[in-house]
Amino acid sequence: MTKLAKWGLPLPATIAVTVLLIIPVALTIATTFGEAKGAFSTYAAFFSSGFRRAVLWRTLEVALITTALSLVIGFITAYVIAQMPSRLKSIMIIAAVFPLLTGVVVRSFAWLIILGKNGIINDTLMSIGIITEPLSMLYTEGSVIVAMVYLFVPLMILTLTGVLEGIPRDLIEASASLGAKPIPTFLQVILPLATPGLIVGAVLVFTGSFTSYATPQLLGGEKQMMMGTFLYQRAMVTFDWVGASTVAAIMVVITIAIVSIMSRIARRLNPMAV
Amino acid sequence: MPTRVHPVLGAFAALVFLFLLAPLVIIIGASLSDTTYLTFPPQGLSLRWFANIFQIEAFQRTALTSLQVAFLGTGLSLLIGIPAAYALNRYRVELPRWLSTLFVLPILVPEIVFGFSLLKSITIAAGLPVFPSLILGHALLVLPYSVRVVGASLASFDFSIEEAAMSLGCPPLKTFMTVVLPNIQAGVIAAFILAFITSINDVSISVFLTGPGISTLPIQILAHMEQFFDPTIASVSVLLMLVTVGVMAIVEATLGLTFLTK
Repeated sequence: MTKLAKWGLPLPATIAVTVLLIIPVALTIATTFGEAKGAFSTYAAFFSSGFRRAVLWRTLEVALITTALSLVIGFITAYVIAQMPSRLKSIMIIAAVFPLLTGVVVRSFAWLIILGKNGIINDTLMSIGIITEPLSMLYTEGSVIVAMVYLFVPLMILTLTGVLEGIPRDLIEASASLGAKPIPTFLQVILPLATPGLIVGAVLVFTGSFTSYATPQLLGGEKQMMMGTFLYQRAMVTFDWVGASTVAAIMVVITIAIVSIMSRIARRLNPMAV
Repeated sequence: MPTRVHPVLGAFAALVFLFLLAPLVIIIGASLSDTTYLTFPPQGLSLRWFANIFQIEAFQRTALTSLQVAFLGTGLSLLIGIPAAYALNRYRVELPRWLSTLFVLPILVPEIVFGFSLLKSITIAAGLPVFPSLILGHALLVLPYSVRVVGASLASFDFSIEEAAMSLGCPPLKTFMTVVLPNIQAGVIAAFILAFITSINDVSISVFLTGPGISTLPIQILAHMEQFFDPTIASVSVLLMLVTVGVMAIVEATLGLTFLTK
């Protein structure tokens, strides 16, 4: 009876993950090795194309910059939130949750209104006479990064607020009562304790932006092709399924590598886990 | 945490909140404009772009599909996720560790890769129609919420209460429904809400799984934007924000919003 329950209860979910996720993704990756020209020919083709290398490089660059900016913005904001009296704290958390629960399409769309040719920034700059011709801000790497930071800052704020709230007050008071000034306390007590949380947040944002589709589609378009939009274009516009599968395989390998390396580092750096 | 905030840090945080909320205010403003193009601040006030949503049949049809997919997908994920979460907690020592890793795979695998692979294997190779493929895809996408969030509530559940009920002769299913479930209610509600919101906003999976006459609202919005850049999209966005407000009210009433930082 127990044995039946033990293995039977997780069985439907196990079958679902195996049949709907593991096997389909494994088949996608497998097709990239089945080419007549040799097992790695599709990868050789990918990396020998300057355009495709540029897509991969751009995606890594955008993901890295987005992660760095979200970390700094999210950490400072979470630090302020954690020190607020509880009423103000709840209001600030609501203000961060609201954009998080609003869809990615809506949140990316907002930046089309702001950055567009007839957008708010151009309108304002032209009306006060700083520029005479509208600037082209859309479909640049910058527009994709701004929208991505906008997308991921709330996630970072919530993750890090939880982390900072979890730091025992006694440790900070102990540091202060032993004579440490706020900055050394921050650098030697708070920051090391928050590092595993910062890594978790960074991994979430990096993988999220590295694999995103809707934001680069709307704000980057054809000009700023990224891995997600390139995969879609290969699969659904040119019907080059082997090419799309190659992009997919590269995305899976990079994502899993980043997640496993970073979670290992996070575990090692955790000062509370002795 | 010390309670004094340096004014520079406070000002920085205020700017961050301005950055987070201003774009949403701009969308609301643009949706009320009387012009045929998107502009902010709105020129003339009108609700005609809200009325226009109801003139476009595709928005209503895809909104209905999105709701159906979110309800059925989330329901299915809870149906298979709750028993899995239960077993992972109840038989924690005996079950292999890879089993709990298995259920977070849908987060680990890039969504766009998952969507593309589902299209190839399930919809095209296995010939499953688009609508059930969408439901299965979304159920898998949100499965980690069902397993992890429900699992977090089960972790603080005292299984000896369950043993007491069973030793007094209560059958297993009835024990689960009347003893375990009421105790993990908050976790189930939280999992449902997070899963539902994720499903209804999903783009990366749905973008591959649309067929003749079947599409979801976010995909329809993307398609509409490619053809028309009028305030209709802003008004649809405002309606979606109202849904978010509704969801937040439910979260606040049932769990309190601070649960999201845990």
